[in-house]
Amino acid sequence: MNRRHITCTINGDKAEFLCDDDESLLNTLRDELGLTGAKEGCGTGDCGACSVMLNGRLVCSCLVFAPEAEGATIETIEGMADGEHLHPLQTAFLEGAALQCGICTPGVLIAAKALLDRNPEPTESEVRYALAGNLCRCTGYDKIVRSVLDAAAQMKNNLQEGDRL
Amino acid sequence: MKYEAPKSIDEALELLESEPDSCVFAGATDIIPQMRSGRPEPKLMIDLKCIPEMVQIACENKVWTIGAAVPAVLIAGDSALKSDFPGLAESAGLIGSDQIQNRASLGGNVCNASPAADTVPALIVNNAHAVIASKGGMRTLPVALIATGPGSTSLNAGEFIVAFRIEQPLPHSADAYLRFIPRTEMDIAVVGAAARITMDKAGNCTDAVIALGAVAPTAVRVTAAEDALRGNPIDEDTLTKIMAAARAACNPIDDKRGSKEYRTQVAGVLAKRVVIEAADRARK
Amino acid sequence: MTDINAVSNTPNSYKWVGTRPVRHDGLEKVNGHARFAADLSLPRMLSGHVLRSPFAHARIISIDTKEAEAMPGVKAVITSADFPEPHRKDYVSLNLMARDKVFYEGQAVAAVAAGTKRQAKAAAEKIVVQYQELPHVLSIDEAMAEDAPLLHENLITKGVEPVPGKASNIPSRTLFERGDLDAGFKEADVVFEQEFTTKVVHQGYIEPHAVVADTSSDDRSVIWCSSQGHFMIRAKTAAMLGWEPSQLKVIPAEIGGGFGGKTTIYLEPLAAKLSQKAKRPVKIVMSRDEVFRATGPTPGTKLRIKLGAKKNGKIVAGKAWLAYENGAYPGIWGMLGAMCLFAPYDIPNFYVEAFEVVVNKPVNIAYRAPSAPMAAFATETVVDQIARELKLDPIELRLINAVEEGSRKPDGPKYGPIGFKETLEAIRNHPNYSIPLGPNQGRGIASGYWFNIGESSSATVHLTEDGTAIVVTGSPDIGGSRASMALMAAEELGIDVKLVQPRVADTDSIGFTDVTEGSRTTFATGMAVVGACRQLIDELRKRAAMMWEVDIDEVEWMDGNALHTVNKHAPLALAEITKSAKKTGGPLTTTHSLEARGAGAAFSTQMCDLEVDPETGAVTILRYTTAQDAGTAIHPGYVEGQFQGGVAQGIGWALNEEYVHNAEGVMENPGFLDYRIPVASDLPMIETIIVEVPNPKHPYGVRGVGEVGIVPPIPAVANAIHDATGLRMRRLPMSPMTILAGLNQKNGSA
Repeated sequence: MNRRHITCTINGDKAEFLCDDDESLLNTLRDELGLTGAKEGCGTGDCGACSVMLNGRLVCSCLVFAPEAEGATIETIEGMADGEHLHPLQTAFLEGAALQCGICTPGVLIAAKALLDRNPEPTESEVRYALAGNLCRCTGYDKIVRSVLDAAAQMKNNLQEGDRL
Repeated sequence: MKYEAPKSIDEALELLESEPDSCVFAGATDIIPQMRSGRPEPKLMIDLKCIPEMVQIACENKVWTIGAAVPAVLIAGDSALKSDFPGLAESAGLIGSDQIQNRASLGGNVCNASPAADTVPALIVNNAHAVIASKGGMRTLPVALIATGPGSTSLNAGEFIVAFRIEQPLPHSADAYLRFIPRTEMDIAVVGAAARITMDKAGNCTDAVIALGAVAPTAVRVTAAEDALRGNPIDEDTLTKIMAAARAACNPIDDKRGSKEYRTQVAGVLAKRVVIEAADRARK
Repeated sequence: MTDINAVSNTPNSYKWVGTRPVRHDGLEKVNGHARFAADLSLPRMLSGHVLRSPFAHARIISIDTKEAEAMPGVKAVITSADFPEPHRKDYVSLNLMARDKVFYEGQAVAAVAAGTKRQAKAAAEKIVVQYQELPHVLSIDEAMAEDAPLLHENLITKGVEPVPGKASNIPSRTLFERGDLDAGFKEADVVFEQEFTTKVVHQGYIEPHAVVADTSSDDRSVIWCSSQGHFMIRAKTAAMLGWEPSQLKVIPAEIGGGFGGKTTIYLEPLAAKLSQKAKRPVKIVMSRDEVFRATGPTPGTKLRIKLGAKKNGKIVAGKAWLAYENGAYPGIWGMLGAMCLFAPYDIPNFYVEAFEVVVNKPVNIAYRAPSAPMAAFATETVVDQIARELKLDPIELRLINAVEEGSRKPDGPKYGPIGFKETLEAIRNHPNYSIPLGPNQGRGIASGYWFNIGESSSATVHLTEDGTAIVVTGSPDIGGSRASMALMAAEELGIDVKLVQPRVADTDSIGFTDVTEGSRTTFATGMAVVGACRQLIDELRKRAAMMWEVDIDEVEWMDGNALHTVNKHAPLALAEITKSAKKTGGPLTTTHSLEARGAGAAFSTQMCDLEVDPETGAVTILRYTTAQDAGTAIHPGYVEGQFQGGVAQGIGWALNEEYVHNAEGVMENPGFLDYRIPVASDLPMIETIIVEVPNPKHPYGVRGVGEVGIVPPIPAVANAIHDATGLRMRRLPMSPMTILAGLNQKNGSA
């Protein structure tokens, strides 16, 4: 069977790749496009390490067929920082020691950003439920949750400062 | 395996007819893990998400139509739908993580035919009907009649569910859904319980529908509990009857997720709690 | 000057140690660029797939690979016949590729390398293995039964006199005893005896095992993988291949969690051999299912313990019978449990007997303070019972019996300065200790011990022309240890921590270093870093003396500058010395290797507040507080992270985690859906108290912090459930189902 040609937008850039129809978006990102930031922790949608944004929605890329990417807009961890400028979540994670081994970190950051994009001032409980699909075995989640709350506060501050300027 | 994403129901039906070994899907949150653990790949996967009427939610003439491929997140988050069916919205909002809810659909949840499907008891208590497309035309079927056992449905070859229709509830009537899982998220229901309760001004229940998930090969109605409720206040006596009726309706399996005894005992607890919740809502 | 045991300045004067800089490897980890083992690709690379046993116990009659070899894309197929016969005690090699028998469901039987993952998998399915099924044993009781089916026909129990005349499933017995047990129990006013059982659990690291091997010739292979110790990978892979370690170069990838589970090998020799046969690089990545079936877990146990105490709370006698599963081959897990069981308490009379037991399940490996959490479950539950019986505060009872400097461990050695009592007092003084509890809520206290280890470490420090210190070690960083290395180097050299670049180097590029295990890295590898830095300071003083043309004794090193003690010359900054290094004798590089001694014992005391739903048995953790002795916290952020991570894993173990095997010995829950590790919404914030009783055997007072945090949670949760419900939990997991069954029994209903 011929491989399918897919055109989509990844992290703001046009991307093309060839895939088998039954390949997962995750494998395609990692093996065809060299975007290895999304990780496979389970392959069954239980760990969230492969989280990416697909047409503005948070998904497990291991549960998406690669051909579904046709015409889609995809955002991965590699596109989270704006050039050298880290997203406030990335900064908060670094300053708050919110990562240990770092394997879950890309997925957690993508999910946390999806949360803050729709709910800029989440409660602790909202953060915990929003990240329930992202397993972390190192941190006990404490510093992750605190860092997401810190980033939310920082982003609110930035907005207010922006208003004042 | 080949992947196709038809743009219309007719096109999907053509594809379905063209390849007997095919499978329709929306979110693929069940089918991909199943294939990973050994389920044979079909020759053709038909993605239904590009068919406009399958991804719409609308309310016309007091009837809600929810596309079978609408992701759960939109069902859980639609404020008008949620105000009519808070229990159904809750059930959709309990399916897996945010990542899963952005993909999983009612159509998938119903057709996967897991006894533990969260939305099925909630659909049943709301008397939801599935609109089923085939080459021969459309037919409707109550959701309760779709699953025939774990993993099997009454749909014929060449058919798929396009949408679900639910009539808007009467005044002083409300639904609720509760499920029990060992963790707070990410588990399959050990027991699920849905209720729709209608109350009169005196505080008596005038109508009730109760359904349980994960306690039998398919979701089950608990008619004995419904009978115990009808015409009665929701007091200790009624609740005791509901618990006993719910437990009597159970025919669960013993597996890694819960023993027979445990499922049965908790089914009584959840039935009681879900009735209280739905009745509280109905009074408002 | 280069005495690395010299204690650095007084703690209050530390400039870098005790601060919380951003970790040096952090940026790559938040932008997705960090390279884990599965992220690597090489030109011409093949994909490997491992065929695994479907049976728990079977004889292999034959393996036919002909059809598989003819499948599309296949470049190599291997079985145990491709490896030399392992030494009979090389259990790692015996485990990694089944020979005449398979001992558990999931054991590797053959492997294929092909052009794509799919081709490799399809070909593996064409390998025809003829098995003759054998009866299996899945539990301690089954394995220890008189007429039990045997896994290994020649296994004679060690540590038993006289030597048994026939084989069994019990590889060894360990005994620790002290005093006069009968006299001790006679003295006791209260005696409690209880039996506990715990299930097999997995470390649950999120990164599945992965490897890329490039065996370019018949006598040389380069291996990229994530592990807790690449020198261990080199040694064990070489052993299985029948090679010398020097024939292998192992390059460490970033490691996505280990917790003890990556202190051994699984895929490396298979990939190396496939690569050798195919003459192309081979990558193998495990699926989650394979991780559960074929790697890790830590033992299930059966423990009987008896403690006697006087009315004043003094524990006077303890007796224990412990049995630890080891999986399919012998291990050391019972012995470790026996070492830890009574270690927190000064018990004058005890008798502890521990057995290792082989069963038809995956071979067990370390999991964070291995064997101690189960032992603590038993001891700390019975200690709680004694406190209640004697109406003593549970912390007071522990303080009465707590070990201190000079007390002896059950296995003999004396404790140095330890902070156990300080952790107890820290919890007692914490405001959470007096928060009132509501209905169905309970509070549980428990303590835990882990011995920590030293072992071999190496460090090299290079100064670059621009005055940056590259600190190279051989210790894989599993939780932020690079940040600790950088902080100690910055403190020693007196330079900004940003001017230190900590690195983990491959086996050809740094001296031998043992596995990152036993909470040893910041302690032992940290000592190597300090040693290398101190040598470097001597060298820097020498260079400054040359530049000034003065005697080295007139040069001191302070805050990153050479100082001339007689003040003729202005201070000379490190970067100025490195700039002119060429003129003063060449590159500035030092190396320090050591076998570290004097690891300080670790103690933790924890408090759990929870609520039990009496109708469903569900537990909600309301608050959690942990106090642990870190010696000195080099990077407090990552110290807290270790405390919190251990607690979260312990809570998961306590409440929900377990391997579920069916009657055929097949694992029924090999995925994160049904092997239920805690999710974010399951836990509250985990409040940490860092106790610092410095370890005098480390220049900064470090004692290992990585492991002991997982020891107290199981009994802390169990004691809290008892406080909430009156129910004593003696069986893990304490799932809603077990709790409700217990409540039913207690209430005499349902």
